[in-house]
Amino acid sequence: MKPVTRIHSRTAVMADENIDTDRIIPARFLTTTTRTGLGKLCFNDWRYLPDGSDNPAFPLNKPEAKGCAIVVAGRNFGCGSSREHAPWALLDYGIQAVLCSEIADIFRNNALKNGLLAIVVSSAEHQWLLANPGVELSIDVQGQYIVLPDGGRISFTLEPFARHCLLNGVDQLGYLLQNEKLIAHYEQQEQAA
Amino acid sequence: MTAARTLFEKIWDAHVVAPETADTPAIIYIDLHLVHEVTSPQAFDELRSRGLKLRRTDRTLATLDHSTPTLPAGADGERPYANAEAKAQVAQLEENCREFGVELHGWDSSERGIVHVIGPELGATQPGNTIVCGDSHTSTHGAFGALAFGIGTTEVGHVMATQCLLQRKPKTLAIHVDGELPKGVGAKDLILHIIGHIGVDGGTGHVIEYRGAAIEKLSMEERMTVCNMSIEAGARAGLIAPDETTFAWLQGRPRVAQGEAWDRAVAHWRTLKTDDGARYDREVRIDAGTVKPTVTYGTHPGMAIAMDAPVPAARNAMEQRALDYMQSRAGQPMQGSKVDVVFVGSCTNSRLSDLREAASVLRGRHVASGVRMLVVPGSEAVRRDAEAEGLHEVFRAAGAEWRIPGCSMCIAMNGDLAQPGQLVVSTSNRNFEGRQGKGARTVLASPATAAASAVAGAIADPRDYLNQEQAA
Repeated sequence: MKPVTRIHSRTAVMADENIDTDRIIPARFLTTTTRTGLGKLCFNDWRYLPDGSDNPAFPLNKPEAKGCAIVVAGRNFGCGSSREHAPWALLDYGIQAVLCSEIADIFRNNALKNGLLAIVVSSAEHQWLLANPGVELSIDVQGQYIVLPDGGRISFTLEPFARHCLLNGVDQLGYLLQNEKLIAHYEQQEQAA
Repeated sequence: MTAARTLFEKIWDAHVVAPETADTPAIIYIDLHLVHEVTSPQAFDELRSRGLKLRRTDRTLATLDHSTPTLPAGADGERPYANAEAKAQVAQLEENCREFGVELHGWDSSERGIVHVIGPELGATQPGNTIVCGDSHTSTHGAFGALAFGIGTTEVGHVMATQCLLQRKPKTLAIHVDGELPKGVGAKDLILHIIGHIGVDGGTGHVIEYRGAAIEKLSMEERMTVCNMSIEAGARAGLIAPDETTFAWLQGRPRVAQGEAWDRAVAHWRTLKTDDGARYDREVRIDAGTVKPTVTYGTHPGMAIAMDAPVPAARNAMEQRALDYMQSRAGQPMQGSKVDVVFVGSCTNSRLSDLREAASVLRGRHVASGVRMLVVPGSEAVRRDAEAEGLHEVFRAAGAEWRIPGCSMCIAMNGDLAQPGQLVVSTSNRNFEGRQGKGARTVLASPATAAASAVAGAIADPRDYLNQEQAA
């Protein structure tokens, strides 16, 4: 994983609550055996019209949303299945951060392990961000704050180990493997019990 | 004297390889890793690229369920896969299991089935265990007093390589279900009622423990239905303390201990309950006596109401969009809405008792003209048992299709799907937009409601179709 330290972008707003993983990447595309190339399928059934052209009503198709790497989403983004294809698809589409007042647990876990910042902000800040699409934000992972255009800050908290891994581009499997002795010890004790 | 602990805390504490610190999550040991074709290929690739072995093949169990066709192979032996990718994905799991030495219940296994149906059937699911799978409905196994939850593919790789996961301790939520479910009202109605009550994100960050008189009365199959849908309230897991019902269900299953070892296991399992005085982070009380046949009316499982109750008016544009998509009308009940497709199956409701429930409504009746009904058993074992009882004949005589096991129309990635605009009464777990086919409208319901709706051609109260003996 590449280190993720700072993200600077305008925001695009997807105000719907409960945007589920089936909307992010419909199940019929889960027959893939790789992690790559899912961006073109991201939000497939929402993003395109039946004739294959762009759906102008899809929030990320709006001209002002083009190129935005930060999405401000309605409450409970990422609910539903455990498919990691959802963060893979979002990252491949070009989304690097999702800001929300509440993010579904499994999605948030999966996102952070792939370098997609899934950030929970307070309800008041969330309301402000929803009401102000297109603002330029700078997300500082080290400092755990978001800088607003007027210089104001929104602070957030990431799970400390996830943050460490993001900042250093460390993957968590490497850390688990370093704990081999503890794991072997646990297994011996369990067998003896 | 140790402090009073909840059931969840007892299981958690017993699996801590390294405790959590301010800087690092706990390392938690995983007793059982269930694997299927959709969320595993990239994890096997990760092992391969790092030159790692799969650490505990004896704690890993794989099956084919999501991408598999539910129609049998043709005369030429070819299975009717939805597409070449689905076929390749299944072949990939077969190859990966061979290479890494994982036990696979594949096409040639008499135990193949939906991952959350076969784990319990084989007795691999046991009280006090930690169980994970790259599938959010892993919460099903919590019915046995196991801590069971869904993980993403990166974590699937973690468990394959180390048999461990990095986890922060979740919060606990007790859902007390007091009283007694009314006649003709079942576990599916109860869990839809609960999710309607606490909301689609009501359990986020929590592990739910279902308890109370109404829960203790549930069969194991019914407990699985309840725990299965914990994730639909956003909870990581849902569990129920093991009791005599649990032990009786498990005894004699292939992977369960026998003789003295069984007695020791049961003695341990009896300790797996929340101590008096233990504290939950949150508690909710539900009166089982108020639950009615319940269905969904919107596009997430929290939009659930009694089928005879008026659909609530939309409180915002998003809810209006959900009603518009579903063509649900505020102020009108769901009961009576015209039905196009009925699906009985999925890890929520595809066990023998579910099929019996549907068959009891269909026996001597016929699916309404213009309605397509699909019945998909959860496993080969369920299929065998159902056919031994002649349930398949009941379904066929009623005009329903009897298929071979798999996830089928719950996730609609194997070619079993509904057409745009069709209304599906489904015993599955998710009514998201497009879940059962692009533009398809899903109404979640119990097997009895699904069968009654198939007969009526419209959403119908199963209590009107159960005979006196069955309703008693």
